[in-house]
This record gives sequence, C-alpha cells and structure tokens, in this order.
Amino acid sequence: MKIIVAIKQVPERDAQIIVAPDGKGVDDRDLAYTINEPDAYALEEALQLKEKNGGEVIALCAGPDRVASTLREALAKGADRAIHVNAGDLAQRDTLALAQLLADAIRPESPDLILTGLQSDDLGLGQTGVVLAELLGMPHATLIMHVEATSSGLRVKRELEDGWFQHLDMPLPALLTIQSGGNKLRYATLMGIKKAKSKPTATITASPATVPPTIELTRVYLPEKQKRTQMLTGTPAEIAVQLVEKLQSEVRVL
Amino acid sequence: MSGVLVVMEHQDRSGSPSPSRISLEALAAGQHLAKELGIDCSAAVLGEGIGSLAEQLSGKALTKVFAVEHTLLTQYTADGYVHALQQLIRKTTPGYVLFPHTYQVRDFAPALATRFQQVLISDVIAIHASSGGAPILVRQLFQGKLNADYRPITTQQAPCFLSIQAGSFRSDSLQNSATPAPIEPFAVDLAPAQIRTTPSAPFRESANTVDLAAAPIIVSVGRGIREQENIALVKTLADALGAELAASRPICDAGWLPMERQVGSSGQTVSPKLYLAVGISGAIQHLVGMKGSKTIIAINKDENAPIFEVADYGVAGDLFEIVPALTKAILAAKG
Ligand SMILES: Cc1cc2nc3c(=O)[nH]c(=O)nc-3n(C[C@H](O)[C@H](O)[C@H](O)COP(=O)(O)OP(=O)(O)OC[C@H]3O[C@@H](n4cnc5c(N)ncnc54)[C@H](O)[C@@H]3O)c2cc1C
Repeated sequence: MKIIVAIKQVPERDAQIIVAPDGKGVDDRDLAYTINEPDAYALEEALQLKEKNGGEVIALCAGPDRVASTLREALAKGADRAIHVNAGDLAQRDTLALAQLLADAIRPESPDLILTGLQSDDLGLGQTGVVLAELLGMPHATLIMHVEATSSGLRVKRELEDGWFQHLDMPLPALLTIQSGGNKLRYATLMGIKKAKSKPTATITASPATVPPTIELTRVYLPEKQKRTQMLTGTPAEIAVQLVEKLQSEVRVL
Repeated sequence: MSGVLVVMEHQDRSGSPSPSRISLEALAAGQHLAKELGIDCSAAVLGEGIGSLAEQLSGKALTKVFAVEHTLLTQYTADGYVHALQQLIRKTTPGYVLFPHTYQVRDFAPALATRFQQVLISDVIAIHASSGGAPILVRQLFQGKLNADYRPITTQQAPCFLSIQAGSFRSDSLQNSATPAPIEPFAVDLAPAQIRTTPSAPFRESANTVDLAAAPIIVSVGRGIREQENIALVKTLADALGAELAASRPICDAGWLPMERQVGSSGQTVSPKLYLAVGISGAIQHLVGMKGSKTIIAINKDENAPIFEVADYGVAGDLFEIVPALTKAILAAKG
C-alpha cells in the first residue's frame, strides 16, 4: 500500500502565544515548532499499516523552510521519503488553496491511501483532509481511530459523539483523517535518526495562488472573559486553606 | 443569493426523530444572522420519514422548512449529504448556509463548500454585524487561547458556509411564529453508486462501569500532570474528597486512565456539584462535557488558560505544589 501522510508544522504546545503587532496573527519570532499532534497519530497509523501490509510511507508537508525539521522527524520515525511543498505565504492562502497545493503534489504519486490529522492545533479549522479528498475525487472518512485493510479496500472505525463509534467500509484509493488515541505514538530511534539522513526529500516550489481567498482574517485577540473567576492567591498552603473554606461554606461538599 | 439556510441534524431516540439541541442553537444563530442582515431564514432537514421532524420546526419563525427526503439519506453518508445539499443549495441559492459544528458536519461540510469553491468557516462562536455588509465571524485559535475575527469575502455566485460551536447560541432564544412556516418537500437525485462508503450501525465500546454522570464530586486530571506515575497525586486528592476521578482526552489516549473516565464531546457529559480541573487547558471539546457543573475549580499554571473562562474559583499555579497542599488541608478539615 502506498500511503501519503499530510502533516502540518505548528507551534509547540506550551509555546507562549502572543498576538502579532499588526493584530492579524501571532508573533512567530520566538516560536518553536513541532508536528501537529493529530498528524503524528496519522503518521503512526501509516507506519503501522506499512508494517502489517507492506508498501511505502511518504510524508508530505507544505510550508516555509522551517518545516524541513518536521519532515526529518517523520523520516526518522520511519517514513520512506518526504515531499516538501515550499511555500512562505500560507497565511495568505485559505484551506481550499492550501489543499490545492497538496493535491498537485499528490496526483503524480497516485497513492492508495492518504492520511492526515483531523484538525490542526493552531487554526483548528479541521477541513484540509476532507477538502483534499474532494479535490482528488476520493471517498473519505473522518475522526478515524482504527484502519484495517480488507479484500475490497478498508474497514475503518470512526468516532462519533459521546463515546459512540461506527465501522465504515470503503474502496481505495481513499483519504482518512485520523483522531488521536487509536495508537501509541512511537519515538524516533537513534538508528532511525541516522537513517533519515539518507532518505530522499523532494522539494516542490509552490505555484503562486491563482484565486483570491474566500475568507479574510481581520483581527486576532485574547478572548474577553465571560465569567468572573475568583482567583485565589498566596502560598500553596494559604491557597489550600482558602479552597477548603470554599468547599465547606459555599460548595458544601465537605 | 439571499437568505440564510440552516441545515439541521436530528437524533432518533425511540423511533421519533427530533432536532438535536446543537442544531437548534445553530438555528438560533441563523435567525440572529438573518435579522442582522435583514434577510430571511429557512431550515432544512434530511433523511427518510422526516415529516414529523419538519413539522416540529415549522412553529419557529422561518420562511420555509425544506424536507429533503430520500431512502439513501436514511443513514448518514458524506456522499449522500454532499449530493443532496448541493442540489438544494443550487436550487434555493441561499447567501449563507449554517450548520451545527458536529462530528457529522466536520465530515461532509468542507467537501460541500469545496463544490462551490468556498471554504467552510468552522466552529464559529459569535456573529457580529459590520458596516461593510459582510458579518464578522468569530472563531477560536490555539484551542481557545485566542479569538479571531474572520470576514467572508462574499461573491454573488456562491454562499458563505459556516458551522456554529456548541453552546455559543441559546436554543431558548429561538423565535417562534404563530403561523406555521410552510414545509417544502425537496426531491433529490441520488443513486446508490454515488455513495462510496458503507456505514455500519453505531455501537458503544463496552458498558461503562463508572457512571461519572451520577458522581456529585469529580476531580479531573489533564496533560499538565506530565507522567503516568503522577496520576496518583490527583487520585489521592479525589479520595480525600470522596470524588470520582476523571480526565481529559490526552490522558485516556495515552492509556493512563481508561476511556470511560474521559469527559468531553467524545466522552461523558457531567454536571456534578463540584468539578475540580487539574492541569486541564479547557479546550472546547472538554468544556462541552463539564461546563454545566454547579461549581468549577481550576488549577492551572497558565493564568490565560481557557479553563478559567468557565471556572468559579481559579488557582494560577503549579499543580505539583497546590494539589498536595490541598489534599493535606482537606484531610485536616475532615479531622
Ligand atoms: C473531535 C475532537 C474530540 C475531542 N474530544 C475530547 C474529549 O472528549 N475530551 C477532552 O478532554 N478532549 C477532547 N478533545 C481534545 C481537546 O481538543 C484538547 O486537546 C484536550 O482537551 C486537551 O487536554 P488537556 O487540557 O489535558 O491538555 P493541554 O491542552 O495540553 O493542557 C494542559 C494544561 O496543563 C497546564 N499545566 C501544565 N503543567 C502544569 C503544572 N505543573 N501545574 C498546573 N498546570 C499545568 C497547562 O498550562 C495547560 O493549560 C477532542 C478533540 C477533537 C478534535
């Protein structure tokens, strides 16, 4: 099975997110980046499918030069090769334009399966995978926890709300967006890191955007507080005393 | 292109379908947007045998209720919904198409928008009128750490697609109407070969052995706990309080606690007397599962963490210092 995993590079989880001076994005000067977590699960699923069924895993990422580090990490974890769609202007492209870039890079590869995370930790639009499937004319399924190859294609386990699930059968080629928790994530081994150095990365220069974006981000800001939270301060022991007092007299659980 | 169309979702408990609560919230958002823009608002329901569902909606202040019926829409599939709604939108040419932001909508709405060369503006939490004509749509970035205003660049050829986050609009603010809205059946062209996926019936993994919903006190732990071994720290606090232990998703994903202890959109929904959140950031998918709690206390080292949006009492501090101190103080108070 030839599998392409589309991954995104996002600011690290504990990064201090600061609004940019122009108020239209975040200040990226001091940000450290990593793989979007749901995409890490997509990569893990791809690697496990390859281990079970054979084939090839290709990591695909669109973004500026810095995303090369995330692709290297994917190679170190076991992807066979990487494709970097070099684009420095992703903020100016909407999801449709971005998916078009990815689709252009994917078409010549004719993969059997495309995997991606269900949403990104930064923008959280949760659509790139589904739009990509539509552009490529493939069936898709989202929020997938488990994938199994069958004689006629795939059987996948999809997460529904409130602890419910559902199985779906579908033909290949197909696209799946992967939900976290279906697998345990692996770490790159020293051997993997060494091997990654000799694995090929193809770099494609993104073609300029042809259509204007359909949405415009006009302002980014800290949310205004909806509710008055009473913040308790002091040493840990002092805070504990105040909390116990609330638990006794107001919450009445002690 | 004019008017607002709200695509409803329904649940089918004991054979009589009714609109889901989050759909009614989306409908309230639709009425709000229509009022702001001075345009009309209609709703659509999809499925088979949905006459009673359409009737339930016809009492709302709506221009029309479209009943999109087809055998192939009985069970949800992305292909079926995309084809059906594409036909409905082509025919009725709404300027705005609204959805509740559900797992089902995540599954098909981006593909539907793509058919119109549009992008879905997903998970919208507020809609404001603006002088430029197009409304300002507010959504969250970085899992609720920031808000962002988006402006759709509307064209006359295609509608603007948006989905509404759970809890952002109130279903009790829905406007009713004395004269029922006309129900308009809409016939779609749909052939079995157009549906490429075959869904099976939904199931639950296993019977839950812990019923978090019944627990009066819940202590819930998130990724701030860092390591599996540290869970014991929070368990000790829960025991001191006589509370059930719950968790955010990453803790269950990692297998540190079983999934049946997960609170949130894909786990359990709880509303205890006290919900004590330890090292949980407060992403919307977690908040929807617990924000109905009577009292919420949050301990988080980041004073800007979104969990403080819903907390009654907050401690901006290190859980590894606060939790042991609190456990000790509780045990002392109990004598
Ligand atoms: C479709 C979908 C469904 C989902 N369903 C669910 C669901 O059902 N339930 C759910 O919970 N999530 C769900 N999620 C995931 C959700 O979006 C968040 O990723 C998740 O809730 C984050 O968990 P967390 O708060 O524990 O971790 P994080 O967001 O990583 O937050 C950890 C917090 O700990 C704090 N912290 C770190 N160290 C300390 C310390 N020493 N002392 C105090 N505080 C500290 C940090 O400041 C941070 O705020 C879902 C996501 C999607 C896309």
